Amino acid sequence: MAALHEEPAEVAAVQPDPEAGTPPPPPAVPPAAAPAAAPATVVEGEATGAGGDAAPLKPAAPGPAASPAALDRQTLVAVLQFLRRSNLRESEEILRREARLLGDDLGATALSPTSAGLLGGSGSEADSGEALLGRGSGAAAVAIGGSVAAVATSSPGVAAVAAVPPGKVGGVVVVEDQPDVSAVLSAYNQQGDPTLYEEYYSGLKHFIECSLDCHRAELSQLFYPLFVHMYLELVYNQHESEAKSFFERFHGDQECYYQDDLRVLSSLTKKEHMKGNETMLDFRTSKFVLRISRDSYQLLKRHLQEKQNNQIWNIVQEHLYIDIFDGMPRSKQQIDAMVGSLAGEAKREANKAKVFFGLLKEPEFDVPLDDEDEEGENEEGKPKKKKPKKDNVGSKSKKQDPNAPPQNRIPLPELKDSDKLDKVMNMKEAARRVRLGPECLPSICFYTFLNAYQGLTAVDITDDSSMIVGGFADSTVRVWSVTPKKLRSVKTAADLSLIDKESDDVLERIMDEKTASELKILYGHSGPVYGTSFSPDRNYLLSCSEDGTVRLWSLQTFTCLVGYKGHNYPVWDTQFSPYGYYFVSGGHDRVARLWATDHYQPLRIFAGHLADVTCTRFHPNSNYIATGSADRTIRLWDVLNGNCVRIFTGHKGPIHSLAFSPNGRFLATGATDGRVLLWDIGHGLMVGELKGHTDTIYALRFSRDGEILASGSMDNTVRLWDAVKAFEDLETDDFTTATGHINLPENSQDLLLGTYMTKSTPVVHLHFTRRNLLLAAGAYSSQ
Amino acid sequence: GHKSSGVGGGREERRFVELPRDSVRLMAESAGLELSDEVAALLAEDVCYRLREATQNSSQFLKHTRRRRLTVEDFNRALRWSNVEAVCGCGSQDSLPFRPLREGDLFFPEDREVNLLELALATNIPKGCAETAVRVHVSYLDGKGNLEPQGAVPSAVSSLSDDLLKYYQHVTRAVLGDDPQLMKVALQDLQSNPKIAALLPYFVYVVSGVKSVSHDLEQLSRLLQLARSLLQNPFLSLGSYVGSLVASVLYCVLEPLAASINPLNDHWTLRDYAAMLLGRIFWSHGELVRGLYQQILLSLQKVLADPVRPLCSHYGAVVGLHALGWKAVERVLYPHLPTYWPNLQAVLDDYSVSNAQVKADGHKVYGAILVAVERLLKAKAQQAPGFGGPEGSPRHSPPGQDPLPELGLGRPLLPGGAAAASSSSSSSSPLSPSLRDMYRELYDFFGDSLAARFGTGAPAEPPSPPGAAEGARKEPPAEGAARKMPQLTNATVSPRDEEPPPPRPERPALHRAPGPPPRPRGTPRAPAGHRPGARDVFQKCRFAPRGPPRFSFVIAGRQTGRRCPGRRFQTNFPQPPAAALGSRYAQRLPMIGRTGRAPRRWPRAEYSLLLLL
Repeated sequence: MAALHEEPAEVAAVQPDPEAGTPPPPPAVPPAAAPAAAPATVVEGEATGAGGDAAPLKPAAPGPAASPAALDRQTLVAVLQFLRRSNLRESEEILRREARLLGDDLGATALSPTSAGLLGGSGSEADSGEALLGRGSGAAAVAIGGSVAAVATSSPGVAAVAAVPPGKVGGVVVVEDQPDVSAVLSAYNQQGDPTLYEEYYSGLKHFIECSLDCHRAELSQLFYPLFVHMYLELVYNQHESEAKSFFERFHGDQECYYQDDLRVLSSLTKKEHMKGNETMLDFRTSKFVLRISRDSYQLLKRHLQEKQNNQIWNIVQEHLYIDIFDGMPRSKQQIDAMVGSLAGEAKREANKAKVFFGLLKEPEFDVPLDDEDEEGENEEGKPKKKKPKKDNVGSKSKKQDPNAPPQNRIPLPELKDSDKLDKVMNMKEAARRVRLGPECLPSICFYTFLNAYQGLTAVDITDDSSMIVGGFADSTVRVWSVTPKKLRSVKTAADLSLIDKESDDVLERIMDEKTASELKILYGHSGPVYGTSFSPDRNYLLSCSEDGTVRLWSLQTFTCLVGYKGHNYPVWDTQFSPYGYYFVSGGHDRVARLWATDHYQPLRIFAGHLADVTCTRFHPNSNYIATGSADRTIRLWDVLNGNCVRIFTGHKGPIHSLAFSPNGRFLATGATDGRVLLWDIGHGLMVGELKGHTDTIYALRFSRDGEILASGSMDNTVRLWDAVKAFEDLETDDFTTATGHINLPENSQDLLLGTYMTKSTPVVHLHFTRRNLLLAAGAYSSQ
Repeated sequence: GHKSSGVGGGREERRFVELPRDSVRLMAESAGLELSDEVAALLAEDVCYRLREATQNSSQFLKHTRRRRLTVEDFNRALRWSNVEAVCGCGSQDSLPFRPLREGDLFFPEDREVNLLELALATNIPKGCAETAVRVHVSYLDGKGNLEPQGAVPSAVSSLSDDLLKYYQHVTRAVLGDDPQLMKVALQDLQSNPKIAALLPYFVYVVSGVKSVSHDLEQLSRLLQLARSLLQNPFLSLGSYVGSLVASVLYCVLEPLAASINPLNDHWTLRDYAAMLLGRIFWSHGELVRGLYQQILLSLQKVLADPVRPLCSHYGAVVGLHALGWKAVERVLYPHLPTYWPNLQAVLDDYSVSNAQVKADGHKVYGAILVAVERLLKAKAQQAPGFGGPEGSPRHSPPGQDPLPELGLGRPLLPGGAAAASSSSSSSSPLSPSLRDMYRELYDFFGDSLAARFGTGAPAEPPSPPGAAEGARKEPPAEGAARKMPQLTNATVSPRDEEPPPPRPERPALHRAPGPPPRPRGTPRAPAGHRPGARDVFQKCRFAPRGPPRFSFVIAGRQTGRRCPGRRFQTNFPQPPAAALGSRYAQRLPMIGRTGRAPRRWPRAEYSLLLLL
């Protein structure tokens, strides 16, 4: 059951293309090849800003040298134009001399629709468009670690062209990171009769509506991408009124979950608007992925051939990626569950990579330390606890999870003594943990932020639930101690030198009692703080902000240690690795970055999302990172090599919360559509849908043993779901695994264990204490 | 787009703000540019697009700030990231009202002028906002139920600093404590302290404690004074707490308090005070809660319409209505009077000893109603166009001289005289029919006591007739608390009462009978009440014949004295019923004659009562 990419043979069959035989120009890497090339593109953060100027030149150079074909002339012209606009006169001169291209020739190649046909040199207008598309998509197919083409920028306007953020372009594979916008747009230089577009579309609509039921659902997937691309073509070619009427006539047919995109689209009415419009670039640079059974696809192909409907066929060829599978067509429900993202579904092979989702082996502890504590507990009169716990510890460390990655797959920091102590504490607490289940629901404590004046934007709670941090819209980060123990900073250097370092309580002595307070305010950011994260050892705190930086704070001195610059745009989320040292951040620039606290530049850049990265989470084994995005997809990235190993589609709105199950097998995601989706990481499948919330879900958390999933939302409720039951009888038979066709249970209500109202307080954060008490946090909002 | 809302083309479905080209041209002109139509249209379209784009981008910031409402700040961030200058001066939390100017198609945000000088030299420096804080509470134990009831007063409004807590404790202790001096100081401070906003919910809660101390008049009145102080504090914005305060105050006004069981307790004063507070809340803070007025009216009406309620509740309802203004009286009390009257009448007509207390209560209610309706009449009269001015005095002066002759009755001093006084002018008065009708109707109920009230309203020299004086003299012993009443509503007799008055659906009484013949004449008397000239004349005519001048006092007592005989006559001498069946005018004449004799009988009745007791 091989996936069919747009094979040249197919293209030739449909449309006698004189250029079909010519080898594709170098930059035009077929999308399928992208993943192969991708691993090399992981950047170890050394790129310089100067790369921005040089980059566009390099990929273009082979163009003229390769062949004098019209296609390459076109490429060259585009590059020359770009150079001229960027005021790189010298480079332009050199290039022109080398290419022996005449100046007046260049002058004629403005962005006018006619010029494309002129340069194309072939009789058919469609052909020239075709050729351009090939080039355009090649330029755009910069998959840095991704299998879908990505443009790793988001800066609107002209900035998108010139400003290549440093650290984005790898030294290994030199690709044209920033496709010249005009070149991309010129892909729409079609010369089809604008008045016929409506006819084409309604013809296809009629055909699909009259097809057999089993095919209709599948073929209906075509409506949306076709609609978008036809509309954009009309707009690009300045048929404003036709575009308007086209939109008016057919936008009602589209699925409701595309409303947001349609709204953006409807505001695009002029060619000028298309430049710098991110959504437009997304449609253009990424192929919309559809999964269609072979039968349905044949039906469609036959129809289009009969009708000689080249316009539509071109779009299908150039802008859509049709993932063909053998077997029964999918039902409407099956399709609806999976679609909704900005670029259609994930290709099946995108989720085929092996993922080591098992947990790492827990390190052995110093037995005496453990024992001493145990005995202390024994004296308190709980001798029985000892045995089962010991067994627990033993079994955990002995058993090697078959799905776990090698222990040293990625280097992890050594455990310090204090870490070990904490682990022991953790285990002791775990022994007293409440066993949750449908019969035994957790108690919920609510941390209400008072007088936050609508400014609370992020919350985190330490693993041992001793501190809570709030990020605020007024750029402050505030740390509270929620235990009677107050927050103290270390003494000044001068005072420290006076301390007797040999004394037993030196750790006590270094603290400055005068600074003890319940609350510490950290100043440093210059914009709303959108994400905060405590380090596992509670010595550090991360915060990310609209100002484009991630800051590392010391919780010993309550000062800022490092400001990590790299995202030049708002950073939406950041999180420490469960083992510390590493952390991840994601932002408006559409990439997620992996950092280590002692490197001021990122170790990995995960690019591939088509819109903002809104939330980031580490896998419990620290080998993977999940990112949720405004493009309505979730991606799982391999920390080791930067590859994207999973793409999950199905949400109908931007994703705002992620949670891995404690055993690492499952992922829960929440979005603005008010639904929680559950994913099996190993198989790369959606395994559940939890409906109930009426607003964006901002917080998701599994209980410590994974029995309960808690979700918190803007709708002022916390809901508890039966996670055991949700994952219980998964039909992971070979067929489902192979095809990705899932059948979700109709009703998720039997999984809902409870709905808990807050007092008009949106739930921003959820946390299970080590004993499985559920902590929720949010700011009281009077409205 | 928040900038401008113009009218675009003729598209049916307009999803976005569209900027008319005129706006663009105006903007250009303000920058000194002339734009052609074409350019303006293009620019307008582009601006619209950019606005939309910025709005769409700004929604991102909204989502990540976990808010529901888009702020100017969000929009400005979007602009800044698109390298566009941010819009300044719109950062207020409240929305700026955007006003169109009729002439000239101008739109402008309404911008209040701020007097910087005043701000800079202001003596009371506003306290900073409360500190952001985290509070934890167990919301659900084992996934079940809320531990805290979801009360009306949100606990999560603010947290108290130590200072505030101390203040709160001291103030509550002082207000409810024994030292009157301390209480005074505390209340004084509550009225003026600008920093106690955070304590407001707590104080409101304290005030709501009235329900638990309904046996203790002293505490009740202190709590009410606390409420009053809160109301007077100009730095407190009561907001949603108005509802809670109103509930507490209404409780004091309407409920049959435990304290009222003992007739020695002067709960009437409390009710009057509470009613005054109610009026004050309504007048000063009524706009804070939508429909508050309606709610209060409704609850007052409910009490009034409930015959099972004790008379003290009815009394509360009446004074409450009175405190809410004459419109409330007109809307609720006035239409309800015909149905209410028989019950009251029954109480008042029962002379049995066991009923004495109830009867005394009934007199209180009667007095309260009287005061209320007179206020209504006055207000009506004042409203009536052309009523007060030119015609008023000429109308009244003549009747001043001739009441007796006109009446032709043996007793010239009586209220009947007053009625007569008005009668002469009535013929010419072009009053609004509603006022006239109203007066007529009310007169049906109250007879001459209504008119008398107008007359005695003046603090100066009302010469009291021997009859009245006699009544007045006797009343004090009969009803000890009477002295107090004038201070309060100046219309209430104060027999204390313990037994809840049984609703007596006795005969509907003949109260309709006492309508004085010159009813229309009665109307002009209303203005007499508030117009000094008219009043003088009127008073003279009424009282002069009778001898030594007296100050008005114990109004209530006198009223009852005068009023009751009026009624009693009807009941005692049932001859007139035949007349009563006839026209109103026909009834009135004999009535007046009878009322004339009233004072004598009344004291007698009092005596008997006293003796029996």
